[in-house]
Amino acid sequence: MAEILDPILITALALNFVALGVSRVKGAVNAVALQGILLGTLPLLVHPEIHPRGIVLVVVTIALKGYVLPWFLLHAMREANIRHEVNPVVGYKSSLFLGAVGTGLAIVYSSTLPLASEHAGMLFVPASLATVWTGFLLLTTRREAIMQVLGYLVLENGLFVFGVLLLEAMPFLVEAGVLLDLFTAVFVMGIIIHQIGREFSSISTEHLSELKE
Amino acid sequence: MHKDVNMVYRNIRISGSDPRSISATVVGVAVTVVLCLGALAPVARVLGGARPASVRLAWDSFHGEFHVGLDPLSAVFLLPILVVSPLAAVYGGCYLYSFRGRKSLVAAWLPFNLFVAGMIMVVIARTAIVFMTAWEIMSLSTFFLVAFEDENAEPRRAGWIYLVASHLGAAFLFAMFMLIGGRAGGLDFDDFARLPARGPVWSGVIFGLALVGFGAKAGLVPLHAWLPEAHPAAPSHVSALMSGVMIKLGLYGLLRVVGFLGRPAPWWGPTLATLGLLSALFAVALALHQRDAKRVLAYSSIENMGLIALALGLGLWAMAKGAPEPAVMAISAGLLHVWNHAIMKSLMFLAAGCVLHGTGERNIEKLGGLMKRMPWTGGAMMAGAVAIAALPPMNGFTSKWMIYMSLLKWGLSTDGGGLPALLGAGLLALVGGLVAITFVRLAGIVLLGSPRTTDAANAHESSWWMLAPMMILLGLCLGAAVAPGALAGLFSGAVAQITAGDRTTAARVILPPLGTLGATNALVIAMLAAAMGGMAALTRVATTGPTWGCGYAAPSSRIQYTGGSFAATVALKLLPRVLRPRISQIAPRGLFPARALFHSDSPDPLTTRVYEPFFQRMGDRFSRLRVLQQGQVNVYLGYIVVVLLVTLAWAAFRGGWGRS
Repeated sequence: MAEILDPILITALALNFVALGVSRVKGAVNAVALQGILLGTLPLLVHPEIHPRGIVLVVVTIALKGYVLPWFLLHAMREANIRHEVNPVVGYKSSLFLGAVGTGLAIVYSSTLPLASEHAGMLFVPASLATVWTGFLLLTTRREAIMQVLGYLVLENGLFVFGVLLLEAMPFLVEAGVLLDLFTAVFVMGIIIHQIGREFSSISTEHLSELKE
Repeated sequence: MHKDVNMVYRNIRISGSDPRSISATVVGVAVTVVLCLGALAPVARVLGGARPASVRLAWDSFHGEFHVGLDPLSAVFLLPILVVSPLAAVYGGCYLYSFRGRKSLVAAWLPFNLFVAGMIMVVIARTAIVFMTAWEIMSLSTFFLVAFEDENAEPRRAGWIYLVASHLGAAFLFAMFMLIGGRAGGLDFDDFARLPARGPVWSGVIFGLALVGFGAKAGLVPLHAWLPEAHPAAPSHVSALMSGVMIKLGLYGLLRVVGFLGRPAPWWGPTLATLGLLSALFAVALALHQRDAKRVLAYSSIENMGLIALALGLGLWAMAKGAPEPAVMAISAGLLHVWNHAIMKSLMFLAAGCVLHGTGERNIEKLGGLMKRMPWTGGAMMAGAVAIAALPPMNGFTSKWMIYMSLLKWGLSTDGGGLPALLGAGLLALVGGLVAITFVRLAGIVLLGSPRTTDAANAHESSWWMLAPMMILLGLCLGAAVAPGALAGLFSGAVAQITAGDRTTAARVILPPLGTLGATNALVIAMLAAAMGGMAALTRVATTGPTWGCGYAAPSSRIQYTGGSFAATVALKLLPRVLRPRISQIAPRGLFPARALFHSDSPDPLTTRVYEPFFQRMGDRFSRLRVLQQGQVNVYLGYIVVVLLVTLAWAAFRGGWGRS
């Protein structure tokens, strides 16, 4: 099992660095989408004898994280004329450095945690902590609303990795995590309305009509 | 242009009678009426001696179960909720309808129904979680009702004060329930009832927390500051329900929690009784010289809550000393006063609402002569004033008489309360005298004499939708006056539950004196009615003419007694300096006085001298933290990261994962 899981988790970690280091918003969105799809498959791999409810969960997660939200973000970016360059508070190199330090610390830290024996050797917990840290980095060091939404998504991905471990014990918690994705969708809406408000100094729905096809 | 304005105005008027307002009113009133009348039957059964019932439901993803129950103690407090709420709802349907078009009536009826449901849930809750949830629903929904007229500054301020006070009180309750839950090993009231052996210090802490948390809701001094602000600001039917019913739930909570703690410690009863007596004295002194009619009633509520607390405190005191008879007497007096005050205070608030509705005025100095213009409201207010001033032959008198009796009985019994209890009876008499002056002043200035303003002169009587609930309440007051024994019989189950005795003993102690009292009341009422009927028959042909003008050439309504001058002797000479009204004046001087000025103000000394400076200073101190509020999302998220990292680091260095 670990031979499939570890490459996926390592790829997800690498995508963290892509999201931190890339200068185009579009690139970051794609990286996060890919990360969402990869992580979305995890429940199937970890628990092969999954409940039908779990399959619905996986499909909804992948659809939301991999397709709906990224599409929505890119679409809104195009229509609302948001700048395509990221304008970070902390530069790319520093971001990457902080991300690397955080990932290292996450690995060291998770080795001190009293995990259940079957989880002890796996990359799940460090990957989860590192991804959460990356999410926070994006949230705090990027000015654009869109990048903050991405940060939020990455943070959520990190929580999802942790949730996969608990899928057997607390399916409710993981479902709540998916609900959190839906919340993100609403959050995105809020951000875009805010963005429009800033662009046009009004949040009249007339301007929202620019978002339609 | 002018035409446009007219059009707009007409549109507003048309939209004023829109179907939304009508449906909001109909649904809002109907929900409360149906809910309450439907719930009356089981309550009546339990009051009549049926076995207590309870319902448990499994509660997914929550601590414990959903558990509600109905026992005699709950039933006694449910009775005023279920009787007064529908009356207040019917009254409010008409009262609020005049706001249509200007305000959304849904915004008044949704919180109103939540408020009623919250009160019912508080009383039937049998786990701490259900209790606190219902408690918060009750507090939050009333916040929206207090702040209903939020276009004015006063309701906004009152709502804010109420919100803060409610939450401070709730914080104490949370602490209390957590402490009990930790010791009992669960949050169900059944777990609480089986508490293992408890030390006196622990029980004392729980009692103290309950006294502060529930006392804040009950309006006991010094935790009353929200009450004289919130009750006048709310719409009148809400004030009636808050003052008549909601604040009593504070005492319900106290009784419920004391029930978990076994035999009360010797200091609890005297503490509660002293607090009650102090509240009564403090509040009546301020009620005496308030100018706002609803504020007078609010202070009178504090005073009556003080009386109930006094009675319950006496009961706890007697229970601690193992004297069942005085305990039964005092607790019965308290519960009887809960019911009596619920109906008479609601009656008074509804009557004050009619006056406000008919004149647009709450300031009693601008009213007068309303007895002729609003005869039904005036009559109800007059009878309510007699009741609330605890004068015979009304119901307020019966329960207050029982409180006197309990004080005397407990003071004179061997190994009883002794001198302090007898002294309490003396102070209670002082309270009684001041209350009588207060309500003679209120009813006299508002109803009698001639109108002091054109608003008062043009007053109109309210519709029967508003008068009928008042008449029912008046009927209930008369019923409680004539048959206090029947009521006490209904409440004897709860008395037995509180005093850990049995129902028949409870009934044996209280019923004989109350029977005599009820018969006397009935006799006095009959004689009064006969006398009034006879007077009416005799004076049918009396001529009317102007009041004698004391020899003045051009008497005006301004030479009447005002509320201020009526209370002046007592308020300015008898009261201690802090409780007096604040007066600034330039007295007229000489034969041809030029400039004269008089201004008086009756602020709450605790609010203006303690709370306002305290919160002002706290506000100044905490304003330094404003630098943290940068208005930048990144910075706020940064705070979260910092807290998260610190927590993780602390957890790592402590190394206590799973090993503690």
